[in-house]
Amino acid sequence: MAIKKTMSIVHITPKQFPITKKEARLYMAFISVAFISLFIGGLMGLLQTLVRSGTITLPWGIDYYQVLTVHGVILALVLTTFFIIGFQFALMGKTVGISMKQRKAAWISFWVMLIGTMMTATMILLGKASVLYTFYAPLQAHPLFYIGLALVIVGSWVAGIVNFRQVYVWKRANPDEKSPLLAFMVTINMIMWIIASLGVAVAVLVQFIPWSLGYAETINVLVSRTLFWYFGHPLVYFWLLPAYMAWYAIIPKIIGGKIFSDSLARLSFILFLFFSIPVGFHHQLTEPGIDPVWKFIQVVLTFMVVIPSLMTAFSLFATFEITGRKKGFGGLFGWFRHLPWKDIRFLAPMLGMLAFIPGGAGGIINASHQMNAVVHNTMWVTGHFHLTVATTVMLTFFGVSYWLIPHLTGRKLTPTMNKLGIIQSIIWIVGMAIMSGSMHIQGLLGGPRRSSYSEYGGTEQAADWLGYQIAQAIGGTILFIGILLMVYIVIKLAFFAPTGKEAFPIAEEEADAKPTPKFMENWKLWIGITVLLILFAYTVPFIDIIQHSPPGSPPFDWPIGNQ
Amino acid sequence: MHLHKYEKIWLIFGIGSLALFLVVLGFGAFWKGTHPQSHGATIDPENIEAHDAFQSENLGLTKVDEDKYIVNIAASAFNYDMGVDEDGNPVKKITIPKGSTVLFQITTKDVVHGFNVSGTNVNMMVEPGYISRMETVMKKPGEYTVVCNEYCGVGHHLMYATVEVTE
Amino acid sequence: MRQLNDKKINEEQQSQEPNLKGTLISVVLLGLFIIIAWGSIFYIFMDR
Ligand code: HEM
Ligand SMILES: [Cu+2]
Ligand SMILES: [Cu+2]
Repeated sequence: MAIKKTMSIVHITPKQFPITKKEARLYMAFISVAFISLFIGGLMGLLQTLVRSGTITLPWGIDYYQVLTVHGVILALVLTTFFIIGFQFALMGKTVGISMKQRKAAWISFWVMLIGTMMTATMILLGKASVLYTFYAPLQAHPLFYIGLALVIVGSWVAGIVNFRQVYVWKRANPDEKSPLLAFMVTINMIMWIIASLGVAVAVLVQFIPWSLGYAETINVLVSRTLFWYFGHPLVYFWLLPAYMAWYAIIPKIIGGKIFSDSLARLSFILFLFFSIPVGFHHQLTEPGIDPVWKFIQVVLTFMVVIPSLMTAFSLFATFEITGRKKGFGGLFGWFRHLPWKDIRFLAPMLGMLAFIPGGAGGIINASHQMNAVVHNTMWVTGHFHLTVATTVMLTFFGVSYWLIPHLTGRKLTPTMNKLGIIQSIIWIVGMAIMSGSMHIQGLLGGPRRSSYSEYGGTEQAADWLGYQIAQAIGGTILFIGILLMVYIVIKLAFFAPTGKEAFPIAEEEADAKPTPKFMENWKLWIGITVLLILFAYTVPFIDIIQHSPPGSPPFDWPIGNQ
Repeated sequence: MHLHKYEKIWLIFGIGSLALFLVVLGFGAFWKGTHPQSHGATIDPENIEAHDAFQSENLGLTKVDEDKYIVNIAASAFNYDMGVDEDGNPVKKITIPKGSTVLFQITTKDVVHGFNVSGTNVNMMVEPGYISRMETVMKKPGEYTVVCNEYCGVGHHLMYATVEVTE
Repeated sequence: MRQLNDKKINEEQQSQEPNLKGTLISVVLLGLFIIIAWGSIFYIFMDR
């Protein structure tokens, strides 16, 4: 016991690695693609709200669903993946270092992902792939759409393998130390991502590509959907965990505090690894071909994944309170009032955290088995994920960008940029409150998602929905202004801000922190439990799905406007 | 690993609430039979007429008993086929008296569709090869929009019908 | 190592549980929000 204690005292401040110019170029490459995507995707979002409110009709024969496919693919798949991989590489480079070989391999992952993105984007722009980002069979897109997506996934695997190698090399050099918290978290996220994306990779490589090329006559629709959602839920945790990384390990530094508990942070990430994957059925609750008992079992597992978020909420409030009290702000909520609200590096992620309160509550509702029928495929769901991914995750990523971009480009976050950032965050929150709020209400009134402007034969219900769609257009317009401002800030920080040194904030543990137990890094155990949970949740229902399969479906391309 | 006293309280409270939600849901699902639709009945999507319910004369509303109805629907991009009326026009509106029990049965001939009687719990995915089925009691009078709420192609937003529940 | 042991005892005396009253109240409010939100949608489900 005494010896472990000693170690944690000696290594309070783990060594950090300076980021060289060459590494910075790599990280910036990923981040640039993310912000270009934000601009394009945001423009599509604006168009969607304008079409849906009956304000405009799209010119030049552009189809609403083509625009929506761009929006979903470029924001949910491209922006998120590129930002996350770039951010995670920066975290790894800082905490465990990156060798020249690893950096070269990382560039390969970048180019593979970028080429894949280009292929997919081209097919969407040619109108050959208006299948939305979920590409549900038997709607058939051009084969290059699927091949491009497969390349994006393969590229991300390369990134994951480089990350594993980075920790491994560091660990060999520092055998007696626990891995840095952020490196541990990145490792968890990439393990989860690789295990999860195997599902969609199998669907794309084994089912979609041969079928769209005409080598297979039919496709098993339910199998493809099940594989997709085996990936689809961990996908949202793949977005969320990098935000949690910033909350647990970066925000405490920014507010002048310490990590609340290294062990609890690691434990919550381990729980995310366990319970993010065996839960995909909660997206398939209203489907006819899956046994309801297994749906319910996965609902229970879904509720388990709420627990690490409950732990996170406590840790974050506790960090704020302990820090505030140390600074001498007493009373029950003095610590809250005196948080550094005027520091954009804090404000943006903090607003993101607050948005996760209704976002998380909505998620529990969505996953509630039979209650899902109230909200399934209504605008409520769209409102939900604009709170979670488009607000919580995005605002946290913006918050990271304010210091990460100048850190990488050798510039400084100026007070003016800080102020613009504050305005940006407020615009985002206001726009999203209006847009997401009206989406939630419209959904409860039955308004369908993924739908262009329609009067539905003039029913009274449809007239009620339209009012909320107009509110969404107002919120969407405000949001688009927020996107323009954010892109302006990013360009400023990357190319024009005064040169200088911007800090890379990484929080430390308290000097008297309890040591982190060694078993936390028993990767074989964690992966083993994860696999067992997946086998438990999926084996029986999957066999059932295959044994009771109806005839397969031929491809349909005419419904998406392809003849 | 060490937990603060308050964190223990919070986790017990939080996990307790989740458990309570699950007990309520489980009771409803397993004892009251309010599972989401999932009976797994299959059908050949290229030959749905092989099933009685989807032969053209059986599409649309059928009264089977006092206060008991069946509605059979054949979905395809971008239409709900509910049969034809006396004049041979396609039925787009169904009228049911308040308080009656209605069984909706629907399948698709082509791609995936949705079926939501907006403002009710009748909300189902409709997938090729399966029959989606859900029984409900239409409690409240009024006009309900039936919408396809899963993307099925360029005409997705034009795929709708109406259910009127009369006093 | 020995003298560090003494330091450890010394530290444990100082490191009593921090005051987290505000945190407790905050998370309980969060929990109540979740319960109310879930309850309202459950009500809608039962009512429909
Ligand atoms: C200017 C800001 C934005 C606006 C105005 C906007 C607007 C919209 C609207 C109106 C829809 C629903 C369309 C429909 O169901 O017919 C939608 C869908 C969606 N949005 Fe956004 N959005 C914005 C930003 C974002 C961001 C930042 C993300 C993610 C990071 C995002 C992710 C999505 C996704 C994944 C969908 C679902 C697409 C689908 O159903 O296939 N949006 N957005
Ligand atoms: Cu999910
Ligand atoms: Cu449709």
